[in-house]
Amino acid sequence: MAQATKKPRRWHIAVFLAPAVLIYTAIMIIPLFSTLQLALYSEVQNSQVFVGLQNFRALFGDPQWSDQFWNALKNNTWFFIVHMIVQNPIGILLAALLSSPRLRMRSFYRTAIFIPTILSFVIAGFAWKLILSPLWGVAPNLLDLVGLKSLFQPWLGKEAYALTTLALISVWQFVGIPMMLIYAALLSIPDELLEAAECDGITGMSQFWKVKLPLILPAIGIISILTFVGNFNAFDLIYATQGALAGPDFSTDILGTFMFRTFFGFQLQLGDPNLGAAIATAMFAIILIGVSIYLFGIQTRLRRYQF
Amino acid sequence: MMKSTRLALLAATMLGATGTAMAQDAELTIESWRNDDLTIWQEKLIPAFEAKHPGIKVNFAPSAPTEYNAVLNSKLDAGTAGDLVTCRPFDASLSLYEKGHLTDLKDLENMSNFSDVAKAAWSTDDGSATFCVPMASVIHGFIYNADAFEELGIEPPKTNEEFYAVLEKIKEDGTYIPMAMGAKDQWEAATMGYTNIGPNYWKGEEGRLALIAGEQKLTDEQWVQPLREIAKWAPYLGDGFEAQAYPDSQNLFTLGRAAIFPAGSWEIAIFNEQADFKLGAFPPPVQNAGDECYISDHTDIGIGMNAKTKHPEAARTFLNWVGSAEFASLYANSLPGFFSLSNETVEMEDPLAKEFVSWRENCKSTIRPAHQILSRGTPNLWNEMWNVSANVLRGAQTPEDGAKQLQDGLAGWYEPQQ
Repeated sequence: MAQATKKPRRWHIAVFLAPAVLIYTAIMIIPLFSTLQLALYSEVQNSQVFVGLQNFRALFGDPQWSDQFWNALKNNTWFFIVHMIVQNPIGILLAALLSSPRLRMRSFYRTAIFIPTILSFVIAGFAWKLILSPLWGVAPNLLDLVGLKSLFQPWLGKEAYALTTLALISVWQFVGIPMMLIYAALLSIPDELLEAAECDGITGMSQFWKVKLPLILPAIGIISILTFVGNFNAFDLIYATQGALAGPDFSTDILGTFMFRTFFGFQLQLGDPNLGAAIATAMFAIILIGVSIYLFGIQTRLRRYQF
Repeated sequence: MMKSTRLALLAATMLGATGTAMAQDAELTIESWRNDDLTIWQEKLIPAFEAKHPGIKVNFAPSAPTEYNAVLNSKLDAGTAGDLVTCRPFDASLSLYEKGHLTDLKDLENMSNFSDVAKAAWSTDDGSATFCVPMASVIHGFIYNADAFEELGIEPPKTNEEFYAVLEKIKEDGTYIPMAMGAKDQWEAATMGYTNIGPNYWKGEEGRLALIAGEQKLTDEQWVQPLREIAKWAPYLGDGFEAQAYPDSQNLFTLGRAAIFPAGSWEIAIFNEQADFKLGAFPPPVQNAGDECYISDHTDIGIGMNAKTKHPEAARTFLNWVGSAEFASLYANSLPGFFSLSNETVEMEDPLAKEFVSWRENCKSTIRPAHQILSRGTPNLWNEMWNVSANVLRGAQTPEDGAKQLQDGLAGWYEPQQ
């Protein structure tokens, strides 16, 4: 205390922090906590009553809800896995190719691959719905040109394929982001390091595996966690292409669409904001746990190199 | 279409903003899911009303049909909804009334123009309050390409057997896809499939009321059989119907590529406009020649007043006009296929609409079975019917399994079924 009185109050810190703190509080922190609070209430005779964890008991205990929840979680996990095994390796590959000094028209490729990322979900979803349409789409004709018409399926209408198809559409749209991040990480590797490697006789592929890859691992870690958060919050693409019932037979239902259906209702089903908030809370918890595992379990063990 | 709706919405918002600034005159906004009807409201219905009531301005502000309920509920809760609210039938609107979002309109002068059956869809269970003015019902049946039928020398089928014979013949000929229906949007299979042909099996109101009373089960023969019929349709639908959406089906039919469209009468206006061939319609086929026929004549659309409106008097004036004979005739003729529920006789000009409404004379009318009372719990019976009908159509679920899922879901919360 004594020390505090001696030092001049540094008001400017508070002043500079205020805009960010106020805006962040108003649009992130307050809504987050009111969602958590909403999940603990229930509507009884048109008024909100505190019911403790009853909504969560319904969500995990009542088969009507828990079946849907686990189904959505399972689909969501698969959605994430497809991104991890397709989007990120392709992103790394593209970045490695882009950073190759012999490549021409580099900025053209970079722009072309990145453009889908800035498209709206609705446009991407609608365009792909048309491309894949068995009636008017170009996909059946294109396959016919190479004699593979027999491989065509109404992918978005089959339970076995719909979710994977949607995940791949999402990969197509967002592969630009890991590509850009990795590309930036690759560019930041100092030339002296690569020259030293060359002097030691490490060139080509083995240079990538032994020198570059360990140096970009932290960037890959960040991309993985961004993918994780993005996928478990996903909603738009599924809603735009398959609707709120996430057909066929709920095979493309992910946590986002399940939450939307419950919160706002659908057709004759009336919305239940309280149970919807409980699902949103569960989503928040899943993402929080995932991010924590990464932060404490993986990131602290990643070795960083100082140049 | 999309663009013009956007522009209109934008214009409506801007008009709304300037309107409050100018004050004095009452300005009413109508919430609706009928975005297809935007031009008809703007060019015919609203001018007709405004000509008679110069002090009142009306804006028609629709949202997308599948999002309407969610959007409307959020707007009402937030207090930003329009003055007039287009009402879905039964529970969706009843719950709005119970929450105090809609007001009782029983004392509205022109309410006497409607029968109790018409009002039932927007009244409390005991009939003590009626909260929406009934506007129209829609009738289910099959619309067909009359030119194609003539070309192939086939007559519209009357019995189930003839129905499949017709489908088989169109398929053999190969010029046309026999029937345009997709499984992707799910509601096609439920609305234009299950509840279209179903009433002939569960005997319309008799079956529907027995289900509500708990005397029949969804696993009973008369409720499973229509699902079995739907399962038989798959070979007659287009390639890749699993991923075919509702607009795809509409286009397939109006482009003349498909011969039969399992329909609701709401298609009439848009088909008249888009199809350049002759259209015909036949009611859902009966099992044996001479059987009593039943049709789904569903009370589909009404209009009520937002309890928080700033202009209750103007809103009531408008609603009273909606209940008048003038509106009934104007509406039924500008939107052929939406049949007035008014007791006043309405002369219709459209031949296809006349054909649909003529079935009322010989067949018994019923409404969709899931709408009254049975969709109050979770899982929601109507949503389940969408899913099950689409699954059965795709062959992903047997009719028996589907019926069991519906029954189990209903019995899960509805006491008379337990």
